[in-house]
Amino acid sequence: MLPKTEIDVAHVAKLARLNLTAEEAALFQRQLGRVLEYAAKLRAAVVAGVSPATTPQREDEPRPWFTAEEALSNAPRQSNDLFVVPKVME
Amino acid sequence: MKWSDLPALNVAELRAALRSRQLSAREVVEALRDRIAEIDPRIDAYLSLDVEDALTQAETVDLDLPLGGVPIAFKDIISVAGQPCTCASKILQNYRAIYDAAVVEKLKAAGAIVFGKTNMDEFAMGSSTENSSVKLTRNPWDLTRVPGGSSGGSAAAVAADEAFAALGTDTGGSVRQPAALSGVVGLKPSYGRVSRFGLVAFASSLDQAGPLTKTVRDAAMILNAIAGADPRDSTCRKESVPDYTANLDRKLRGTRLGLPKEYLTDGIDPQVRRAVNAAVKHFESLGAEIVEVSLPHTEYAVATYYMIASAEASANLARFDGVRYGHRAENPRDLLDLYGRTREEGFGPEVKRRVILGTYVLSAGYYDEYYNRAQKVRKLIRQDFVEAFGKIDALISPTAPEVAFRFGERSTDPLRMYLADVFTIAASLAGICGISLPCGFATSGEGTELPIGLQVLGKPLKEAQILQIAHGYEQSTDWHKRKSPLAKENAERRTPNAQS
Repeated sequence: MLPKTEIDVAHVAKLARLNLTAEEAALFQRQLGRVLEYAAKLRAAVVAGVSPATTPQREDEPRPWFTAEEALSNAPRQSNDLFVVPKVME
Repeated sequence: MKWSDLPALNVAELRAALRSRQLSAREVVEALRDRIAEIDPRIDAYLSLDVEDALTQAETVDLDLPLGGVPIAFKDIISVAGQPCTCASKILQNYRAIYDAAVVEKLKAAGAIVFGKTNMDEFAMGSSTENSSVKLTRNPWDLTRVPGGSSGGSAAAVAADEAFAALGTDTGGSVRQPAALSGVVGLKPSYGRVSRFGLVAFASSLDQAGPLTKTVRDAAMILNAIAGADPRDSTCRKESVPDYTANLDRKLRGTRLGLPKEYLTDGIDPQVRRAVNAAVKHFESLGAEIVEVSLPHTEYAVATYYMIASAEASANLARFDGVRYGHRAENPRDLLDLYGRTREEGFGPEVKRRVILGTYVLSAGYYDEYYNRAQKVRKLIRQDFVEAFGKIDALISPTAPEVAFRFGERSTDPLRMYLADVFTIAASLAGICGISLPCGFATSGEGTELPIGLQVLGKPLKEAQILQIAHGYEQSTDWHKRKSPLAKENAERRTPNAQS
């Protein structure tokens, strides 16, 4: 028997790099709890011996595409042809 | 032809007038521009328009190409170089695409004029277009109701004669369901038939672009242009593309149509059920054979879909981090603060819900229970179709269990909104093709007419067959000739001009 559905929305939001207000977290906790309760019906499906569906992959090969200027054209902050990010190392 | 009659034409009619030089591409663009200016303030189907660019395209377009001079609108999730591509999300509010999607390249190569980006549920997540962060789009048949979604702007624009045709994307029904609710034709090609290159990714194993049109023939004409191999999309199929318009008039005598018994559930609006039953009788009168079939894993389809689609969405939407494009939170303390606040400020509630759900089902300890299990059930759902298609040529069902609903009627309950996609989702999971076309009208409590959609599902890469079946039905009924009240109102207003 699989465990009862439980989701800790505040924790998952951290994994998703998505800040939530306390109200949003409480609302999603309730709503997603219901969605997962509904999804629990998948436990009744007989999947023994069935392999999961997959999709074809391709090699990740470099090819000419954008110029640096084009790639940076939508950047919210840029400097010297580079994207600007907050300092990540002291 | 009178100027004001022009927007009511379908693509085939428009092409005949352009080919014979009765109309110029410039006249077509100007008439459409005027129509949009007149009608769109009440529909709100469009998010952006670039009239100057469309007129420039009109100047050089080759009117002898298959779609020469035909303006086409695009759901705002499809990249058009130099134009906004917002996905109706705040996070992409100021984003402009730097290249054309494959479908845009192909339509331009076929002579189409790219004109206008349409409203949608944010990142294509929704069934009513109410999840747009920009505005609501109203159903041209009843302005108090939704047009369906997520390609609701494309569907409403076609239904109100403010687009000759439009492209949408369908992940779990997002072309077929708004087509049904807005009374137009919507085609979801088989997975891989049309390149996904340049569509902003929602759920990559399900996403597929398709046309929303006034007639089945128009859908075939557009599919002719957009189908085919593309090395930039590894899932794109290499099989050759037939001429989808070639055999549309083929008789339906002897065609075997399956009625999935699991789709005839209690949750269907009685008026929808009546219309679909009448359509079944009509197919019999055309010589088709009706066979009851079973798709035994149907009950798992919606749950399977929300596990897989949300998982893929959470991965695809990880790219929106405030660094390379789109919204960026002000004065971040550090990188995590930049990510967390950028996404909090940029995403709307439904997108947040699905990112959370998807992250959860992919997280350690839950992956096998939810995601992996859903991918196995997906195989079973596919197998259901393989077995059914051993006995029949195509399946028929309602497209949606209900007609267009009122604003706010479903949006407070995500699960209830998800269940509205029950008839379209299984086909998406199986990767097969499907089309929705008008098959009647329901009467609302207030006496307005609301369109009902009939869904025809076909084998993978057998778009030609479902187009024939849909065309045979359409051409022997009058439903497609009915115009939404807004389109009719315009026609009535024209009458005095006709006399002058």
